[in-house]
Amino acid sequence: MTDQEILSKFTRILRDLLLDDSIELAMETRREDVPNWDSFNYINFIVAVEIEFGVKFKVADIESFANVGAIVKETTKMLA
Amino acid sequence: MLQGASPRSPTMSWLPIAPNFRDDLRAALDQAKPSDALERLAALAAHRLGFLETVQLDRALARLDLKEAPGFQPVRLAILASSTVDHLPPAIRVAGLRRRLLIEVHGGAYGQYRQDLLDPASALRRFKPQAVLFSLSAREAIAGISLAATAAEVDSAIGRFIGGLRSLWRRAREIGGAAVIQQTFMDVSETLFGGYDRMVPGAPGSVVARLNDRLIEAAAEDGALVLDVARASQRDGIDAWFDVGRWLQGKLEIAPQAAPFYGDLAARILAALRGLSKKCLVLDLDNTLWGGVIGDDGLDGIVLGEGSAAGEAHLALQHYAKLLKERGVILAVCSKNDAKVAEAVFRDHPEMVLRRSDIAAFLANWDDKAQNLKTIAARLNIGVDSLVFVDDNPVERARVRQSLPMVAVPELPEDAAHYVRCLAEAGYFEAVAFTSEDRERAQQYAANAEREALLGSAESMDEFLRGLNMSVVCGPFTSVDHARVVQLINKTNQFNTTTRRYASEEVAHITSLPEALTLQFRLVDRVGDNGLVSTMILRPTPEDEDVLEIENWVMSCRVFGRELEYEAMNIAVEAARERGARALVANYIPTAKNDVIKTLYPNLGFTEVNQSAPANGATRWLINLADYVERDTHIVVQEQQDD
Repeated sequence: MTDQEILSKFTRILRDLLLDDSIELAMETRREDVPNWDSFNYINFIVAVEIEFGVKFKVADIESFANVGAIVKETTKMLA
Repeated sequence: MLQGASPRSPTMSWLPIAPNFRDDLRAALDQAKPSDALERLAALAAHRLGFLETVQLDRALARLDLKEAPGFQPVRLAILASSTVDHLPPAIRVAGLRRRLLIEVHGGAYGQYRQDLLDPASALRRFKPQAVLFSLSAREAIAGISLAATAAEVDSAIGRFIGGLRSLWRRAREIGGAAVIQQTFMDVSETLFGGYDRMVPGAPGSVVARLNDRLIEAAAEDGALVLDVARASQRDGIDAWFDVGRWLQGKLEIAPQAAPFYGDLAARILAALRGLSKKCLVLDLDNTLWGGVIGDDGLDGIVLGEGSAAGEAHLALQHYAKLLKERGVILAVCSKNDAKVAEAVFRDHPEMVLRRSDIAAFLANWDDKAQNLKTIAARLNIGVDSLVFVDDNPVERARVRQSLPMVAVPELPEDAAHYVRCLAEAGYFEAVAFTSEDRERAQQYAANAEREALLGSAESMDEFLRGLNMSVVCGPFTSVDHARVVQLINKTNQFNTTTRRYASEEVAHITSLPEALTLQFRLVDRVGDNGLVSTMILRPTPEDEDVLEIENWVMSCRVFGRELEYEAMNIAVEAARERGARALVANYIPTAKNDVIKTLYPNLGFTEVNQSAPANGATRWLINLADYVERDTHIVVQEQQDD
């Protein structure tokens, strides 16, 4: 799966989670750039990604992802 | 859990998959009327939803911002937790919607539950919950217990903890008689000694097991209900329910992917408290109760019983149905078959566990199954929404779901080996009590069939009633009958004047009030004891203490048409006179189900009191006791013995 494909799936997940179809994610998007993407919904997003992709992130990674791109990269790594 | 492995999610396998969830959700929100949108969301909620779908649906529900809606019951639930539970209310609300409950959830800050309960001015108390759910982690209970503790030391530490819990339950109940729901303790500990763990009283695994045993005993004594996550996590595996990463990140004890299932467990208890649990299991025959098609394969050809794995699988479903019958669930058959051929299997097949006499309504014909289900409900005098329909055929299931969406239709797995599990997991028959009435229900339905035969042979209704030799045993609510009284009030939908639901504690409280008049009626006749079949709660009106208001009056549909309502009113009037009352008033609040008593009060001689039309369509009725004319009935009155 390419970064773009993962990113578009991430976008759909976050749109669903926040019920906001105006959300557009890019590799450099940070959590604070998206309205209502608070820490509670960050965990929800991680859970949804884990279920959708069948992966499990490390606790240390979850607290240090700098932006959406970092999550995409880690997902790619785990899918490899 | 292994890193890189995806989290396992407990799934609600009995619910059908939503083919078009995203679009349907958005279409629901496009509805102009909020009540239309709510109906569409409720229909979506009846599907197998994962974590993300549940969160979405809850968000859509929040946008509607409805506190009440026609056809939905509002419920106020407070969650008191020692871990983070922000992810649970959405799941509880969605599972409530699945049962047409609009659940408003109050969640305190985690770890604050003691203060919230004790502070008379807390937001919790102002919220006035109807049910309080304690979601506690075992951590704090076991924190003070050392590994070297003796069994006696462990017991006394657990005893202290449970004692503290019980006083919190009491506090919760004091808030307007709220029902108490206690979550069992999940064992998230790791083994220390291996297999020897359970032999060390202070080992965490041993302590949690002991804690749960004591908890169940206390809950049984105090009338608290149990949300059994310990059992669920044993069944699905602890990794499905507890994710250590989520605990470390946010102190979530229930893993987010388990939240939808947790919500369903909570909502089924709330529904059961309101009498919304299912009452009747309707079974298909071919390839459901046995393998093969009786019309084609014949008695020798169908697969049933020992000697074949598939035959034993079908037998297991029969055994399970029989157990359900023993706990008070009514059994019925709905099958496309020739009636004679189908009944012959029950009579002549040596491996059959279910007998014809176990089945209260037997419909084998070639008609539409939805129509047959309506007939079954009518014959048993229960609502169509009290039925669970089990059929292996996906086409029949889809048709029934489409024409009767209120009937629960489990999505049976293809392999008959898993039928029982699917049916059991769905929790359709969630109970909040197991009373002597439940144990005897099957017998009572059989006795009713006998009464119907008597009615058939009688020349007139009058002769039939005279021939029954009926007597009513009556008196105030007793502690012995408490559980049955609560059950009857909360499960009765047809003969229910106000459809007010009462928590167990509330009934106990009312019973203790000297100004309240409570009456329970047990009807006995020549065929058998019908059990406790009617209750009445009367209280003085705030305006005039000499006027008693019938706040709630229910009667089991099993005894309709037996003149009990007339004799009950004779008794109530007599009791009211003894208290010096001069009049009775009563409300009739119409619902979708209590049409059968819309002329009850005028028939009893009450006259309507004019009042501005209330939103719920209630009418108010009055009778001066001086004007009451006692009705002659065929029922002899006996006072009950004090308990």
